[in-house]
Amino acid sequence: MIRLFAILIGLVFSGVALLSFGVGAYTFATEEHEPTAEHEFHLAPKDVAYSFDGPFGKWDKVQLQRGYKVYKEVCAACHSLKFVSFRDLADLGYSEAQVKALAAEWQVPGIDPDTGEATLRPGLPTDRFPLVYPNDVAARAANNNAIPPDLSLMTKARHDGTNYVHSLLIGYADPATYKNAEGKSLAQEFPEFSTPPGLNFNPYFANLNLAMAAPIAADGQVTYDDGTTATVDQMATDVAAFLTWTAEPKMQQRKQTGTWFILFLLFATTLAYFSYKNIWAGKKPKKGSSE
Amino acid sequence: MADTTGTATPDMVAPETDATGDGVRRRDFINIAAVSAAGVGGIAVLYPLISQMAPSADVLAESTVEVDVSAIEPGQAIKAIFRKQPLFLRRLTDAEIAEADAVPLSDLRDPQSLEERTKAGQKAMLITMGVCTHLGCVPLGAAEGEARGEYGGYFCPCHGSHYDTAARIRKGPAPTNLLVPDYEFNADGTVVTVG
Amino acid sequence: MSFPWANHYEPQNPLMKWVDEKLPLPRLVYNAVGAGYPVPRNLNYMYNFGVLAGFCLVLQIVTGVILAMHYAPNALVAFGSTEHIMRNVNWGWMLRYMHANGASFFFLVLYLHIFRGFYYGSYKAPREMIWLLGVVIFLLCMATAFMGYVLPWGQMSFWGAKVITGLFGAIPLVGEPLQIWLLGGYAPDNAALNRFFSLHFLLPFVIAGVVILHIWALHIPGSTNPTGVEVKKESDTVPFHPYYTAKDGFGLGVFLILYCLFVFFMPNALGHPDNYIEANPLSTPALIVPEWYFYPFYAILRAFTFDFILTAQLWGVLAMFSAILMWFFLPWLDRSPVRSASYRPLYRIFFWVLMVDMAALFYLGGAHAEEPYIMFSQLATAYYFLHFLVIVPIVSSIERPKPLPYSITEAVLGKDDDAQLGATVAAKA
Repeated sequence: MIRLFAILIGLVFSGVALLSFGVGAYTFATEEHEPTAEHEFHLAPKDVAYSFDGPFGKWDKVQLQRGYKVYKEVCAACHSLKFVSFRDLADLGYSEAQVKALAAEWQVPGIDPDTGEATLRPGLPTDRFPLVYPNDVAARAANNNAIPPDLSLMTKARHDGTNYVHSLLIGYADPATYKNAEGKSLAQEFPEFSTPPGLNFNPYFANLNLAMAAPIAADGQVTYDDGTTATVDQMATDVAAFLTWTAEPKMQQRKQTGTWFILFLLFATTLAYFSYKNIWAGKKPKKGSSE
Repeated sequence: MADTTGTATPDMVAPETDATGDGVRRRDFINIAAVSAAGVGGIAVLYPLISQMAPSADVLAESTVEVDVSAIEPGQAIKAIFRKQPLFLRRLTDAEIAEADAVPLSDLRDPQSLEERTKAGQKAMLITMGVCTHLGCVPLGAAEGEARGEYGGYFCPCHGSHYDTAARIRKGPAPTNLLVPDYEFNADGTVVTVG
Repeated sequence: MSFPWANHYEPQNPLMKWVDEKLPLPRLVYNAVGAGYPVPRNLNYMYNFGVLAGFCLVLQIVTGVILAMHYAPNALVAFGSTEHIMRNVNWGWMLRYMHANGASFFFLVLYLHIFRGFYYGSYKAPREMIWLLGVVIFLLCMATAFMGYVLPWGQMSFWGAKVITGLFGAIPLVGEPLQIWLLGGYAPDNAALNRFFSLHFLLPFVIAGVVILHIWALHIPGSTNPTGVEVKKESDTVPFHPYYTAKDGFGLGVFLILYCLFVFFMPNALGHPDNYIEANPLSTPALIVPEWYFYPFYAILRAFTFDFILTAQLWGVLAMFSAILMWFFLPWLDRSPVRSASYRPLYRIFFWVLMVDMAALFYLGGAHAEEPYIMFSQLATAYYFLHFLVIVPIVSSIERPKPLPYSITEAVLGKDDDAQLGATVAAKA
């Protein structure tokens, strides 16, 4: 009885699923499939080699310092870093005094000790990086209705985030003359594609048009303290490295700890294997499996 | 040991051969080693599990505060917050210093001179925790108009501990003087770094 | 209950004797997972996953209780408190990655444990109760994992909570009030987050309780084994300790190596980038997907796109819940007296088709809701229901199984003197 019911129910569910399939397949076969510009011209981020790649990767502190400078001078005008504290900058190789001086370069919200009113004061190492806009409404109002996202976790919040940040920063192009790697011209393939005023064309952005204008526009926009030539690509690479650090400051520690864990486990598991074989010796026939 | 049993893996050894003493000992050794490794691993993992309850990085970063003391007039005190607890910073008047110095140490429950409780050259600047050493209440006396107790320093209203002008316990249940935290003056003596 | 030849617990010293008289806990352990529990001697590595699942539960409870010491279940600060754990708490990053990846590995182990059961007929009499309790554990784990994924309050947390509670909204008449009641509001917010946290903390202990029942029920008939032939005599078994403790110890080592590779070297590979964006009720991610371990059931949910008597949405919800609930009936759907698929040539073929089908559902559940993925998921869904509700009952009636070995001993050693004796006796009679 139960089996009859089951067969009936099974046939109903699979029948309805197949019905959905039939209708879907019919629609799929009869419908026109227009390729979209987003599908044809969206690019996966370019691969860039970083010192922190791989299981033994380490931060390049000088690069992170350069990246911090790019963030401060370019990104920070619109993008906050709200989960990062100034004290965290010690990870970049700054001394305690340097961290204090760096923090003091920022204005953070404070309270006037006499009136209790909101005011601004220089940052302390214990403070977080300040918000750029007091709220989303203000952020939208100042940025053509687009909210500049917080960058603390940006490289973890996007697929292949480090490369994505780098590619996006160097990827701006003119849609009228843009050709992809295969030489296909966007304007010819999709004549109706347009970049609305206030948006900017960038093939690394999911729908190809983003609100942010190219933030790193020219070589030498930032003057590096270590004498590195500040090409657009160099600045994009450095700030992507810096944002990888802000997203996961413990990455290097994670990989180093992991190496010890794995080495120990390999050792212990090898012992466990021999112990297992040892205990079972004599219980198993010399050849053949357990079946 | 190894020579007698050769390089055969344990499962290849026929049951008769492992009855020899050496074989048995080597086999026991592997089992003991495997169990020990598991034990060591288990104990090692306890470290992060215990350490996570210790103060986190943000708490540690706030364990040092800087206080500007340049605006405190003699006879005045301010309260600051140090490690989430009140900190009393008080600039003593000459009379208060004299009063503190006049007490013979032998009369004190917790004998300490004002010199020992202040920094050299900054004898008037008395910096103590605002935490009664009896049961942790906040004593009165730092703010304007508060009771300062019978000895002109601080007075804890919870159980009536009286502290003198050097914040030493003079009367009441508290066992020791108000605690002087670690601190340092900057070069011109206007800012103290506590902690 | 145990086999008559099971070793008996004998306290070695006066202290243990004293304890045994007052509280025979060591005796219980000895009989449950010690030398006093005889286990078939021919278990293969597929039988390691029960112990591993137990380990995962302990791992999740330990790391979870610790994370709860630092996490704040409030919509305003939940995301920030998670980041606080990742950045400031000593070893917090490791504990959180262990917990997040621990959930994934828990499900990996559970799926392998369940598939082992499908192949070797572990659900069959007299082990129905073990199976039923197992399905209960699986359902509880799914609920716990779902609520846990909401806690970091990222975009996927929020939208996952919205979509899954929306499933209840599809139920006719009571759906909408039910959904509002579940959330304590009209969309996921503080009320939902707080109750999810509370239940996410509670349910693992409920799971632990059901696990104890599951193991208790297991100890009545004892483990199944790859031949599916019941234990007949002492030479069919070995004591759990040291034989299977050693084997499980090795298995645990291999498991931990794989687990640590993820925790320390690709901790976010199994997660979704969108969950590193704080929850935003006004912006939907491009692709809402649950964690990978829900993909097969999510694929089934999305496979129904055609209104047939009921709405497509309701079909999807019914099918998704049925997809697991029907496992409860499996012991009575499969009437074949032979347990192990090794001796069931026809069933074995369909088992492997099911594995391919599950693999497809795993893939399709995470794919974009667009063609041709939807069409494939519709086919895979159809087979999924056909398999359990139609093929399994019919195959078990018409199949001609291969001859079974006389005993486990014969299966392992190639001969069993008792079997030959039995054959002679039979010949004489």
